[in-house]
Amino acid sequence: PALMTVRERLRQNISAAFYRHGLLCASYPVPIVLFTSASILTCCYPLLKLPLPGTGPVVFTTGVRDYTIPYHEPQGEIGERPEWYRGPPVAYIQQVLVKAAVSPWDNTLVPVDVFRSPIGRVFSLLEEIRNHVYTDSSGVRSLESLCLQVTDLLPGLRRMQTILPEHGCLLVSPGNYWQNQRDLFDLDSDLLKTIHQHEPKGFHISTSLRDLLFGVMKEHTGVSLYSKKRVVTYTITIALSSYDPRFLGSLRARLKQLHPSLNCTLRDDHMVHVHFKEEIGIAELIPLVTTYIILFAYIYFSTRKIDMVKSKWGLALAAVVTVLSSLLMSVGLCTLFGLTPTLNGGEIFPYLVVVIGLENVLVLTKSVVSTPVDLEVKLRIAQGLSNESWSIMKNVATELGIILIGYFTLVPAIQEFCLFAVVGLVSDFFLQMFFFTTVLSIDIRRMELADLNRRLPAEAGMPQPKPGPLRPRETPPPPRQSPHTITLQAPAFRNLRLPKRLRVVYFLARTRLAQRIIMVGTVIWIGILVYTDPAGLRTYLAAQVSEQSPLGESGLPPHLGVAPVFPGGDPTSTLSVLPAPEPTIIPENHSNGHDSLGHITPVSPQISWGPEDEDGWKHLYLRQWPSLFSYYNITLAKRYISILPVIPVTLHLSPQEAIETRHPQDTRHQPPPIPRTPDQQNDLTLYKVAALGLAAGVLLVLLLFCLYRVLCPRNYGQNGVPHGRRRRGDLPCDEYGYSPPVSEISPLLLRGHSMDIECLASDGMLLASCCLAGQIRVWDAQTGDCLTIIPNNGLRRSSSSGGWEHRDGWDPMTMPEPDTLSGADTGACLEGAECDGYPLRRRLTPSRPALFVDQPDLTPLIDTNFSELPPSQKPPKNGFDFGELVDRAYQEHEPSPSLAFTPSPTAPQPRRPSVGDQPVMSPDPCSPGPTDWDSSVWAMELRGNLIAAGRSSGKLELWDAVEGSLRCCNEDGVSGITALAFHNNRIVAARLNGSLDFFTVETNKPLGLLQYRGAPGRGSMPPSPCYRSEDVINCQLTRSVQCAHQKPITVLRAAAGRVVTGSQDHTVRVYRLEDSCCLFTLQGHSGGITSIYIDQTMVLASGGQDGAICLWDVLTGSRVSHVYGHRGDVTSLVCTTSCVISSGLDDLICIWDRSTGIKLYSIQQEVGCGASLGVISESLLVTGGQGCVSFWDLNFGDLLQTVYLGQNSEGQGVRQLLVLENAAIVCDFGSELSLVYVPSVLEKLD
Amino acid sequence: HTWNSSVSQVGPYIAVITNRTTNVVIRGTMLFSVGVFLALVLNLLQVQRNVTLFPPDVLSSVFSSAWWVPPCCGSASALIGLLYPCIDHCLGEPHKLKREWSSVMRCVAVFVGINHASAKVDFANNVQLSLTLAALSIGLWWTFDRSRSGFGLGVGIALLATLVTQLLVYNGVFQYTSPDFLYIRSWLPCIFFAGVITIGNIGRQLALYECKVVQEKIHQD
Repeated sequence: PALMTVRERLRQNISAAFYRHGLLCASYPVPIVLFTSASILTCCYPLLKLPLPGTGPVVFTTGVRDYTIPYHEPQGEIGERPEWYRGPPVAYIQQVLVKAAVSPWDNTLVPVDVFRSPIGRVFSLLEEIRNHVYTDSSGVRSLESLCLQVTDLLPGLRRMQTILPEHGCLLVSPGNYWQNQRDLFDLDSDLLKTIHQHEPKGFHISTSLRDLLFGVMKEHTGVSLYSKKRVVTYTITIALSSYDPRFLGSLRARLKQLHPSLNCTLRDDHMVHVHFKEEIGIAELIPLVTTYIILFAYIYFSTRKIDMVKSKWGLALAAVVTVLSSLLMSVGLCTLFGLTPTLNGGEIFPYLVVVIGLENVLVLTKSVVSTPVDLEVKLRIAQGLSNESWSIMKNVATELGIILIGYFTLVPAIQEFCLFAVVGLVSDFFLQMFFFTTVLSIDIRRMELADLNRRLPAEAGMPQPKPGPLRPRETPPPPRQSPHTITLQAPAFRNLRLPKRLRVVYFLARTRLAQRIIMVGTVIWIGILVYTDPAGLRTYLAAQVSEQSPLGESGLPPHLGVAPVFPGGDPTSTLSVLPAPEPTIIPENHSNGHDSLGHITPVSPQISWGPEDEDGWKHLYLRQWPSLFSYYNITLAKRYISILPVIPVTLHLSPQEAIETRHPQDTRHQPPPIPRTPDQQNDLTLYKVAALGLAAGVLLVLLLFCLYRVLCPRNYGQNGVPHGRRRRGDLPCDEYGYSPPVSEISPLLLRGHSMDIECLASDGMLLASCCLAGQIRVWDAQTGDCLTIIPNNGLRRSSSSGGWEHRDGWDPMTMPEPDTLSGADTGACLEGAECDGYPLRRRLTPSRPALFVDQPDLTPLIDTNFSELPPSQKPPKNGFDFGELVDRAYQEHEPSPSLAFTPSPTAPQPRRPSVGDQPVMSPDPCSPGPTDWDSSVWAMELRGNLIAAGRSSGKLELWDAVEGSLRCCNEDGVSGITALAFHNNRIVAARLNGSLDFFTVETNKPLGLLQYRGAPGRGSMPPSPCYRSEDVINCQLTRSVQCAHQKPITVLRAAAGRVVTGSQDHTVRVYRLEDSCCLFTLQGHSGGITSIYIDQTMVLASGGQDGAICLWDVLTGSRVSHVYGHRGDVTSLVCTTSCVISSGLDDLICIWDRSTGIKLYSIQQEVGCGASLGVISESLLVTGGQGCVSFWDLNFGDLLQTVYLGQNSEGQGVRQLLVLENAAIVCDFGSELSLVYVPSVLEKLD
Repeated sequence: HTWNSSVSQVGPYIAVITNRTTNVVIRGTMLFSVGVFLALVLNLLQVQRNVTLFPPDVLSSVFSSAWWVPPCCGSASALIGLLYPCIDHCLGEPHKLKREWSSVMRCVAVFVGINHASAKVDFANNVQLSLTLAALSIGLWWTFDRSRSGFGLGVGIALLATLVTQLLVYNGVFQYTSPDFLYIRSWLPCIFFAGVITIGNIGRQLALYECKVVQEKIHQD
């Protein structure tokens, strides 16, 4: 039990610690990521000291004089000596560099003479070297005692048995071709053939035998029929097992004495040590590649399990980065503490990754993801961490234990591996805890935002499965994927409040900075590579080119040594046979110092010793020494050889001697009559290579181009879809030229009204609209379903009787008819309607009533039957007879627009039952009061499920929004209701005559028992009471303020227990809602009030016809600020906590700082579209335009997106715009309503 | 027949998968190829130990051992890979530990690592080599298998394979470079054991797909 408690306590402690750690990580993601990055870099810093991996040999030069064999143990001065310079080398290489020429050159000589006699001299030199003996006090030393004794050739090299020395000293020279026997050389009729016999055929990387034996590069040997310089160069290479400076000194002196090189400037005081890295052959590569494939499969299968996160790739990358950087950190730390890695990093790397593993990371992700989604991100991370803390700790402990066991195997390699693994595991744990957890928290936060964003449109943006029967379609509906829909991508939208970051990204994307940096880096890297030439690339390429060229092979039969790529040179050269046997004379070995520098004829070959000879070994193939030693099963990998300074030997041969050494068949190898010079041939080869390379490059470019065209759309990279309405120049795109990208947001079109929509009201859940025809429709604000239709029965009745027989309560004093028809802008006419303030009034053809799009409510009001007018209001008869006739004829000719719409409630539809599908109710005979069907609705409000409609006749009607029944009617007033405010259970109605009526809605139940429906409102919207259908609702006029204003009331707003009215008489009045008491009369405008804003926070702003905007303190009635912002009327006003947004008749939208009254910026709108605006969130503004709504970033004035409402948006302006609580926007669009869901307005509070 | 009818409904691909014999053949083929591949690669690793540098014709050294070794390994792996799920099924204790491809890949990587270690690491003596490899193999089993049946089968097959190899060597069909421990290479049983565990893991994972498909089919029915 005690153990259990200890264990449990430990577990709890670990869990709590992880919980706290998770909170920490999720709270401060950026500092923690920075901290981990810094620590990774710090730990990786020691890696800079390690040599870069590569297979090129490393060179270290020491002086010859004070040379001693390096000790095995490292000495004090480590800085000077490389790590590998310990112990004796594998061998000392002594080379005797022979340059021989026949001089003076004679035209009687044949090309073979260039090299036959010079090569022939190698035998005497060999003899000299072999027989050289140095005697001093310690005894007699010969080459035999010092040289590297070799025994067996590799079994696979039987064919070289005759050439390479198989026993005894490792001493190679061109003489090996003829088994170091002069007789065989003299009998050889074709030297070149013998040399080429052992050349590898085809394309080979490894060193050829010729390079080994000659010891210099092929093109420098001069053994060719077309040699221009006629100087033959070769080396005699001696491998010594021990270093005896005295013997070598005497040998050098002897050779120099015999064959002096007068103009030789070679330095002989440096010894070069060449260290060879471990070689990676194909055979070793295969297992390596296999392990890497397995590693990648492991990583793939592991990261595939990451799920339920925002960015799978991002997290997978983070996981891999975690593991890799922990490995780097482990190596770096080990290096820091003095342990140098001796293992092959590339080999053990996959195993290290597998041992460290990605499991913990995955477990962590899974655990965090499976926490409840509705929790805060911090808590989710913390919970996920603490849930898995025990298993993670157990895992780490187990792995550490296993590795520690491995450490006690006492095998050095395994111990080193285990050490790396332990440090790697610890650093991996550290990185998991700090780096990965933080990245995960960032990702989870992103996902939450994205998820929530997706949820909103997913609920509402769902296309209707089947259109309701109550939405008649005169025209086929536009496709949902409207091409005019231009919106911002969700991520960019999310970055709304972080535009700086966005701009940086856009800047990077626009300038393609990353690509350019990578490109420049690559170029620099390639340049460095070529410049330093670590792998002998240049040499190799040059050698390949020269090898493939037919330079030295033209004398050969075609079946020998002809590379398939460049078919052999000149076939005629083999045909030119000239039998001229010459006697073969063995020349006496005489020194020819007298020849040197003697005769300088124009054709005489010059033997020159340049600095290039000194570093002769550098020009050799990289693999020359390893392959030479590998023939005797001696590896040079990870070992080094010491190359002693070369001994130069210069041989000048007389033409006489050359002729004497001729083979009888040599003269048959006459050069072709016009031999191509090697330069030409070389050039030709280069041209070929260049042409091939060019062709390949062109082909590649074409291929890539085709691929690009296939894969990428034609307009890839262009900004958005070209759209006609908003030209690109008009878009206030940011200074980086970025304009919003395209995504899919389709507005939901609500159809059904036959005429233009006049009034809009919403309480968040429901949406009520009233059209010019007097029909009221109630929609579900979430789905867009039409719930109820309240038709204007009077209209229908009268139209069915064949004529318009409206009787309205129109007051001719304020609204004379000719005014309306003539189109004069009469504020009195329009100010009554709630949707007023719409500045642009366009004239349309009066012959079609349906096209009176911009006239709010005129059509039902036009009484064309002038003969039936009351006599008192009858104008002169002749003035109107004509119009009456025309209109009558017109109406008889065409059905009225309201007739075009016939709700077909009886049509059977398989649609899901919805309230809107109910048959349109007929007027309830037992309704509380008689309904005046003939007047039109001027104002409408919606609260709970009650629609308050103010009619032109002065009636106030209360309709049940769900059932469509008339609940209550009040006819106390006679003047038309121009504005309504519905606040809790009070209704305030402003009338045309300037009076203000206060009504109270009473039910038979006390108000405290009212059910509250829906979410708590935001802004000015209080919770909506729900009136049950069985309740009897009474609408009582509690108080009527007869002369609230001297002139008609234009604006009425209610919020925070106040009612604010604005009037034509330049004043704003504030009433208390409860007792209808006038609190203040605010004076300050010099024109009629056109717009008022008030919200729950008692912010009151008013705008007038004078273009002034006033901010008031509602509590004291004092004016806070007063600015002139517009030329012409202020048409709309909205406030946020920081700014005031106003729009005016001048089509400008101005954003003001609320506290200082300073204009921040303004947005130029399209003509006639300035009035409708709304604020969705603190930073998101929405404005209506011609057939579209635009979203703006309030903080910066950037256009975020434009949503086009329909295809044929010409001439249809958005006049009203209502922001609903669920971040949807309702706007009228002709006879349609448009419901636009904003992708994201979420402001997650962190 | 309901089986056939449902199969025909699902489609030809699923039908092939669900057909039991076809499934076994597919699994066997996959295991065979895996075995051949591993045999070639690991043989290359072992060859490297003895030869420091290769003659230019490298590819021939891939097939330097007897031609029949890779097919034998392939067949053996197919057999073992099919045997493991069978035994799990017969014993009625299905393998539950970490049945994921990533785990299988990890197992394969560790197996290759064991081979690598046995080929490349210089051990002081053969006892040390054998002990280390044995510990590694047991660790492999503990990490990726942990089933009694797996252990038993592994040990049995390892002993059997060692015996067969020994017989082959005794008859001169095959030869070691140098027998070091009771006339056998000491690392051989450990490698065999680890290989059996690995192949068994792969076989079980492959069999899991069949189970899934059958379960889905049952749900569909």
